[in-house]
Amino acid sequence: MSTPIIEARGVGISFGGVRALDDVSFAARAGEVFSIIGPNGAGKTTLFNIVSGLYRPDSGKVLLAGEDVTALPPHLLAARGLCRTFQNLQIFLRMTVLENVMVGRHLHEERGLIPALLRLPSVLRQNRATRARARELLAFVGLEKRADDPAGALPYGALKRLEIARALAAEPKVLLLDEPAAGCNAVETEEIDRLIVTIAERGVAVVLVEHDMKLVMRISTHILVLNHGRILAEGTPAEVRANPEVVAAYLGRHAAEAAHASG
Amino acid sequence: MRVSARHATLLLFLAAFAALPLLLPSSFHLRVATLVWIQALAAVGLNLLMGLAGQVSLGHAGFFGIGAYAVALGPRHLGLDPLLSALAGLVLSGLLALLVGRPILRLRGHYLAVATLGLGILVWLVLNSEVALTGGPDGIQVPRLVLFGWRVAGAETWYWITGAVLLLGVWLALNLEDSPLGRALRALHDSEVAARVAGIDVARSKLVVFVMAAIYAALAGSLLGLFNRFVTPQVADFLHSIELVTMVVIGGMGSTLGAIVGAAILTVLPQALTVFHDYEHAVLGLMIILFMIFLRQGIVPGLAALLPRRAVA
Repeated sequence: MSTPIIEARGVGISFGGVRALDDVSFAARAGEVFSIIGPNGAGKTTLFNIVSGLYRPDSGKVLLAGEDVTALPPHLLAARGLCRTFQNLQIFLRMTVLENVMVGRHLHEERGLIPALLRLPSVLRQNRATRARARELLAFVGLEKRADDPAGALPYGALKRLEIARALAAEPKVLLLDEPAAGCNAVETEEIDRLIVTIAERGVAVVLVEHDMKLVMRISTHILVLNHGRILAEGTPAEVRANPEVVAAYLGRHAAEAAHASG
Repeated sequence: MRVSARHATLLLFLAAFAALPLLLPSSFHLRVATLVWIQALAAVGLNLLMGLAGQVSLGHAGFFGIGAYAVALGPRHLGLDPLLSALAGLVLSGLLALLVGRPILRLRGHYLAVATLGLGILVWLVLNSEVALTGGPDGIQVPRLVLFGWRVAGAETWYWITGAVLLLGVWLALNLEDSPLGRALRALHDSEVAARVAGIDVARSKLVVFVMAAIYAALAGSLLGLFNRFVTPQVADFLHSIELVTMVVIGGMGSTLGAIVGAAILTVLPQALTVFHDYEHAVLGLMIILFMIFLRQGIVPGLAALLPRRAVA
């Protein structure tokens, strides 16, 4: 098996004396859809915030492509190929849909101040290339017709896809998706399902936090189950579904859904 | 769409710039127009910081004051040429912004506003109290600008010079907007966390635009000093900082053309309103309130929204 591209080793963090995460480890490989599930408050988003550099863990390490990147700031992690989306949407609402994705190309652009101020031909060429690439990505997520609309005018489900397009613009090796299907209807969820599978097929390691068990069971290669900030179980969808502890702590409510997905 | 807004801004400004000397009846009017260009230069710079990047500065007149006093103090105390002194003022202003910006740009919203307010007051205090150096509250003379033997004088000459410098400032600002850094600044305005995970060095981007805005203000200050041939600490006082912010806000945050329109309104109106004698400030205040009620995005974006969509945008 190939070496993991993204890895957490014994990560822990406390907030005001409350142990939000304790000794959590996981490893995901290129082309894999690695899902993290668990009840609300299990620490899924906290784990994302540590891996993406927004929080500094009290203990443990984060490794990206084998290198220790613990608590590296997010923009440096992005430069090393790690991008994410947010549970509670972080869209540039005053920019157009296209411009949102163009911002995602930031790392792949020459950012010299003087050429920008003088509007040298190289800057114009680059703007054109960035715009073209952003349009391709909008087409990929099915938003090409909305390119010139203000992002604030898009419905919720479309904004979820816009965030994915923006993250893909950075050409990440690791993509963390925080509840991409939350608040989406069945059709939109199916669309996101298709997107995630395609992204993983292109060799990106997708780490997914999601409550929609049908979606998780269908597309995941590995699942990590968290409960009260600790690992409850880890394995393939079949293994996790069969784990009595997981069923008791979490899947109970979703058992019907999960069974349906396996059928 | 941004490209056409860019052309509209340049065309409208060029048209006004070329036409005004034909329309304005006296050198007094040309002097007022010159003041508009100077204030607009500072406002265009501040708009990059406030309108584009969403970072408030309530002490921007401090940088303006550094530029204004540079052209007075450089020749007097160091024997420097006024032009060289202006250059030194820009460098000093930029360095101060670089030094102070690093710690204070970590602050957000009201906290940043108060920190920049303190910076502005500090500059004003020095200019006001170091009487031996700066002449104190009475102000200080500025020597005449001589460019390669040409003694720069006359209302019309200054109109063209300040307008040309503003044109350059507008062009650079518009270029910045349509560049990776410009997009990064607009992005961090809306969501810093999303900007960071997109790979944007938020701290550095803010610092760059803060230094740029400081240099714009200092250049405007130097032009004012050279044009008026006299400066007082008022150029750096709190009221002037507030005026600059007001210009950006009523013109339309994020709109370069708006910054010019805002500067024009706040410079011309007090002159025009002198017919109201003692009530001129009350009328000015009332008009600002009405602008904000009826064009809450600011004058330029507000009016642009009324036009058919593709025409301006």
